Amino acid sequence: MLEIKNLHAEVDGNKILRGIDLTVRPGEIHAIMGPNGSGKSTLSYVLAGKEDYEITEGSITYNGVDWEELGADERAAAGMFLAFQYPIEIPGVATMTFLKTALNAQRKARGEEEISTPDFMKLVREKAKELKVTPDMLKRPLNVGFSGGEKKRAEILQMSLLEPSLCVLDETDSGLDIDALRIVSEGVNQLRSPDRSMIVITHYQRLLDHIVPDVVHVLSKGKIVKTGGKELALELEKNGYADYVDEEAA
Amino acid sequence: MAAVQETIDKVKAIDVDQYKYGFVTDIESELAPKGLSEEIVAYISAKKEEPEWMLNWRLEAYRRWKTMDEPTWARVEYPKIDFEDLHYYAAPKKREGLKSLDEVDPEILETYKKLGIPLSEQEILAGVAPEHRVAVDAVFDSVSVATTFKEELAKAGVIFCPISEAIREHPELVQKYLGSVVPVSDNFYATLNSAVFSDGSFVYIPPGVRCPMELSTYFRINEQNTGQFERTLIIADKGSYVSYLEGCTAPQRDENQLHAAVVELVALEDAQIKYSTVQNWYPGDSEGKGGIYNFVTKRGDCREKNSKISWTQVETGSAITWKYPSCILRGDNSQGEFYSIAISNGHQQIDSGTKMIHLGKNTASRIISKGISAGVSQNTYRGQVSAHRKASNARNFTQCDSLLIGDKCGAHTVPYIESKNSTAVFEHEATTSKISDDQMFYCQARGLNEEEAVALIVNGFVRDVIQQLPMEFAVEAQKLISISLEGSVG
Repeated sequence: MLEIKNLHAEVDGNKILRGIDLTVRPGEIHAIMGPNGSGKSTLSYVLAGKEDYEITEGSITYNGVDWEELGADERAAAGMFLAFQYPIEIPGVATMTFLKTALNAQRKARGEEEISTPDFMKLVREKAKELKVTPDMLKRPLNVGFSGGEKKRAEILQMSLLEPSLCVLDETDSGLDIDALRIVSEGVNQLRSPDRSMIVITHYQRLLDHIVPDVVHVLSKGKIVKTGGKELALELEKNGYADYVDEEAA
Repeated sequence: MAAVQETIDKVKAIDVDQYKYGFVTDIESELAPKGLSEEIVAYISAKKEEPEWMLNWRLEAYRRWKTMDEPTWARVEYPKIDFEDLHYYAAPKKREGLKSLDEVDPEILETYKKLGIPLSEQEILAGVAPEHRVAVDAVFDSVSVATTFKEELAKAGVIFCPISEAIREHPELVQKYLGSVVPVSDNFYATLNSAVFSDGSFVYIPPGVRCPMELSTYFRINEQNTGQFERTLIIADKGSYVSYLEGCTAPQRDENQLHAAVVELVALEDAQIKYSTVQNWYPGDSEGKGGIYNFVTKRGDCREKNSKISWTQVETGSAITWKYPSCILRGDNSQGEFYSIAISNGHQQIDSGTKMIHLGKNTASRIISKGISAGVSQNTYRGQVSAHRKASNARNFTQCDSLLIGDKCGAHTVPYIESKNSTAVFEHEATTSKISDDQMFYCQARGLNEEEAVALIVNGFVRDVIQQLPMEFAVEAQKLISISLEGSVG
C-alpha cells in the first residue's frame, strides 16, 4: 500500500508540491488529473526518486518502507515503475539488451538468480507480441528514432516484463493516435491485478475511457483539490479545470 | 584513528580490485646491467645469438638514437625519463635446451594461467571448439617463453614464432621486411626500440593462405626497472588473410615502467591483416603514482593493390599512452581501417589516434574513434588523413566521439587533414557529450545501480567498435570497460 502524507517537495528551490495526501491500496487505480504546471510530473519524479527533487515536509511510505531512504534503483527493485512521459534515448544499447539488463539488475538486487537467456527471449517475445512490438524494434537502440507510439509501447513492454507492484503512468496518452492509445491501454489493462496499484496521470478524459479508474483526483498548484469517482473525469472534460483553479485562487 | 585507518585500508583494497593483474611473479631473472651503450646493444644481440647483420642494424639504430631528442608535441606530461636508469634486458633464467612447453618454468605457466591464458595445448584443446582456437606467443619481460600450435600452423605453411627465432631461421624474410614500414630513424622511441628490442612475434602467411586460427601474443612485464621493447613483424603474402590479437598486462609497481614497442605490418596484393589490441598495462594508483609509459609505434603498409589492413584497439591501461596505429595506403584500391576505444580514468593521460596516408589510386580509409574520459584524466585524439598528389579518388570517413564522465576530466580532438589531389573526398564528424542526468535517472528507475547504468551507457557508446573485435575479445573488452570505469561516478 502506498501512503503519501502531507507531501511537500521542491526542485531547485521552487516549491511545487504543497501538502499532498494520498493512499493507494493494492488493486486500485487512481487517476490524477490537472492543468499544466499543477505538479503532476513532479509527483511522479518524487515517487520514482529523481535526484534534485527534494522532499521538504511530509512522507511517502510503500508497504511500510520509508521511500526517502531508498535510491531510484532500490525503489525499482522494491516494485516501483514509472512509465515516462518522454522516454529517454540510450544510443547503442539494443532494446532487448536494455530489458535484460534491467530485469537482471532487479533480480540481483532482490537476491534472486539471473534469468537464463532462452527463458528471457521466450518471455520477451510473448509480451512483445501482445503490445505489437516487432522483433525489429527490439533490436534497435532503446527509444532512438522510435515514433511517439513506439516509445510508449516500449515503456509498457518494460512494465509488463518487470512486473512492478506500483505503477505510475505519466501522461502515457500524450503523442498517441487512437489506435496506439487502444493498444497501450489494453496492455495496461492486462496488468490490472488485485496485487498491483496504479497511478495514471493524464490531462484528458479519453485515456480513462480505456483505463477505467477507481478514484479520480484533481491536482492544482501542488495540492489535491477534489477527489471523486470515475464520473469526475467526465465532469472535468465538460467544464475544464477553471472551477478548481479559481476556487484555489479565491 | 581507527576509522581513518579503516578508510585508508578500504581505499587500498579498491585499487587492488580494480587492477586484478597487479601481482608479481617471483622467479629468478637474468638482467643486463642498467644503462645503454654499444656494449649493452652487443650484449642483447649476443644473448639472442644473432647474426652479424642484425648486430650492425642495431648499432646503427643506437648511433642514430643518440642524436635524437624525445618528442614533446603530444598532450601528455611526465617527468623526464632517465634512460640510463633502466635495464634493457631481463629474461627468466631457464634451464638448458628448452624443447617443449613442459620445460617452461612452472611459475611462468602459472602466471599466464592466472591471466586467463593457458599455454598448454591440451588445456586449450580441452576447452574450445577447433574453430575458436587461438595460437599464443607468450612474451615475458624480454623473451618469448612459449608459442602454441606451432606445428599445426606449419602444416598450413604459416610461420608464427618469436622474432629472435625468425632472425636466426628465416633471415631472408626478416632482412627483407624489418624496418621497411617503420624505418630505423622513424622517431625517438622507434629508433630506441630498433637498437634494443629483445623479443616479440613474427608472422608470415604464404600466398593464398587463410590462417587457420587466430594468432595472439600476450605481453607481460614482470621485472622491476626494466623497459619492455618488443618488436612485431607480420607479413601477409599475396591473397592471404590473418587475424592477430595482442594483450598486455603488468604488475602494480610504484615506479613507472617504460614500454616502447614497434609493430610493422606488410600486406601484399589482395592480402588482408586484422590486428586487434586489448591494452591493459597497469595504469597507476588513484594518486597517479606508478603505471606504464606506453610509447608505441604501430604502422601497416598496404604495399600492393587491393590489400587491406584494419586496426582495432581497446586502450584502458597505462599511465601515459602515446600511440598512433597507422596505414600507408600505397597499393591502388587498398583500404585502411582504424577502430578505437580509449578509456582514461584516474590520472591517466592518453594521446592516441591514427594516420591514414593515401598514396595509391582509389584508396579508402575509415576511422571510428571513441574516447571516454573520467576522473582527472586527459584524453586526446590526434589523427592525420592525407592524400598524395597521385591519390586520385581517395576516400576517408572519420567519426570521432568523446564522452565525458564527471567534470574534472578533459577530451581533446586534434585532426590534421591534408589533400593534394582535388578528387579526394574526406569527411570528418566529431561529437563530445556527457552522460546526461536524464539517462542516468532513466536507467536507475529501471533498477540499474549507478555503476551498472554507466557501464550500460558506455557500452552503447562504444558498440560500433566492439562489433569489430573477434568474439572472444569483445566479451573481455566489455568486462574491461566496466572495470576501468569503476568508481568513476559519485
